[in-house]
Amino acid sequence: MVCQICQKRSATVHLTEIINDQMTELHLCEQCAKEKGIAGLGQPFGLQDLLTGLVDFGTPVESDKKAVMLQCPNCKMNYEDFRKIGRLGCSQCYETFKKSLEPLLKKIHGSVQHLGKAPARGGKVFKTKRELQDLKLKLQKAIEMEEFEEAAKLRDKIKQMEQEDK
Amino acid sequence: MKIDDLIKQTSGWLKNIGPNSEIIFSSRVRLARNLEKAVFTNRAKKKQQEQTLELISSAVSSLESIKNKGLFLKILDMSNIDKQFLVERHLISRELAVNTDVKAVAFSVDEIISIMINEEDHMRIQVLQPGFNLDECWRKIDEVETELEKKLDFAFSVKWGYLTACPTNTGTGMRASVMLHLPALVLTKQIDRVIQAILKLGLTVRGLFGEGTEAAGNFFQISNQVSLGRSEEEIIDNIKRIIKQIIEYEQNARQVLLNQNKSSVADQVWRSYGILKNAHIISSSETIELLSNVRLGIDMGLIKQPTRETVNELFILTQPAHLQKLESKELSSRERDVKRAELIRQHITA
Repeated sequence: MVCQICQKRSATVHLTEIINDQMTELHLCEQCAKEKGIAGLGQPFGLQDLLTGLVDFGTPVESDKKAVMLQCPNCKMNYEDFRKIGRLGCSQCYETFKKSLEPLLKKIHGSVQHLGKAPARGGKVFKTKRELQDLKLKLQKAIEMEEFEEAAKLRDKIKQMEQEDK
Repeated sequence: MKIDDLIKQTSGWLKNIGPNSEIIFSSRVRLARNLEKAVFTNRAKKKQQEQTLELISSAVSSLESIKNKGLFLKILDMSNIDKQFLVERHLISRELAVNTDVKAVAFSVDEIISIMINEEDHMRIQVLQPGFNLDECWRKIDEVETELEKKLDFAFSVKWGYLTACPTNTGTGMRASVMLHLPALVLTKQIDRVIQAILKLGLTVRGLFGEGTEAAGNFFQISNQVSLGRSEEEIIDNIKRIIKQIIEYEQNARQVLLNQNKSSVADQVWRSYGILKNAHIISSSETIELLSNVRLGIDMGLIKQPTRETVNELFILTQPAHLQKLESKELSSRERDVKRAELIRQHITA
């Protein structure tokens, strides 16, 4: 649908007005709507709005009063604040809101286990974890490809690393 | 180097011609990082933001690429034109330019590496490259980040990776994006289908100037959505695979245009060229549309002059703050349209 004012851009703002039982419809692009001063626009609809929607949607926390009341000891943010702005207050919030964040992260990324780069300062701990994960992935692929000899080697290596880790 | 010197140079990622530059404008990778324990920017008090800025500044200033002729600027000290100027050059985000808190940016002399401080995250590092070259972006940014990490403790968890203010960035904190010029897919009306497919594959599509902008001039910025659960290399490989496919679609569409509609495409290209070469008043949006047409003409071998580099440069130079920097004063919208036309005439006939 084309904007009724500029007749150029596509209409993304749809307004229905009913005055004295007379209904009028208005279809405008964002720019013309802004120029006309049609209220309620403000910021363009972005990822943050979608995210706030996501937090609202289906997380069991809504009914769980305790979780909503949880407050981060470091930055004093509570889950309600996060729900409103879609941004966490500090790194410790992740630990504080772990229960609610886990399903949210899963929804956004489809996974909740980091597999990327890790800081070297944590030293061996991060590094072995990542290597171990890499090996496990390789093992899975080897099994899928029916390369059993390779798979057996990988399995032994994983076992060995897990032993060392303990 | 000073901020006023930038207008005299072409950004490093625009200057050289990169791989697949007939379709790909530029590649970019950015990493989001936060300091361990420090409150994130949106919740930090001024004092805390100042502390964060100080900590990060000293680490950033010691980077080879910044130390060596790079620039370190506090946003609060800058005029509105200067802020807009840096946004147009893709050196800072619009978010960094809008808020007047304790924010800063540091970038290398060639404008390839840029580091924003106290953006949504404490640190946003980005590396830009001309053409289709995400691998080089990643190689460089990995190097810079590793260097910074020796001096700063980043918020990180073994399970969730790098911890960011917005959960959409958690994990690698990485957004890899490619700017594509897809006029033939638009002309042949296949673009909507392509975009639908891209969205289904978990990637995002945006316009020329990032989040919330329209796809002006047939430019589309494609980036990853998922940042957790995959390594940086995997994320990049995934985008590369999809981009390669889109390049192929665009090439096919261009071939179809050449075979079936050569004269109407040529007509559009040469008319656009004619207007750019002769206009005395021209708006920013008309400029982008016409430059896009001329670029398509160059890429399809329908027109030899101007060069692709000239056209690429004009996309940035004709932006409002750039025109005002060139004139070293504020210009009204009308004055800009006159100045813009003059600038284009100079560049196109040269």
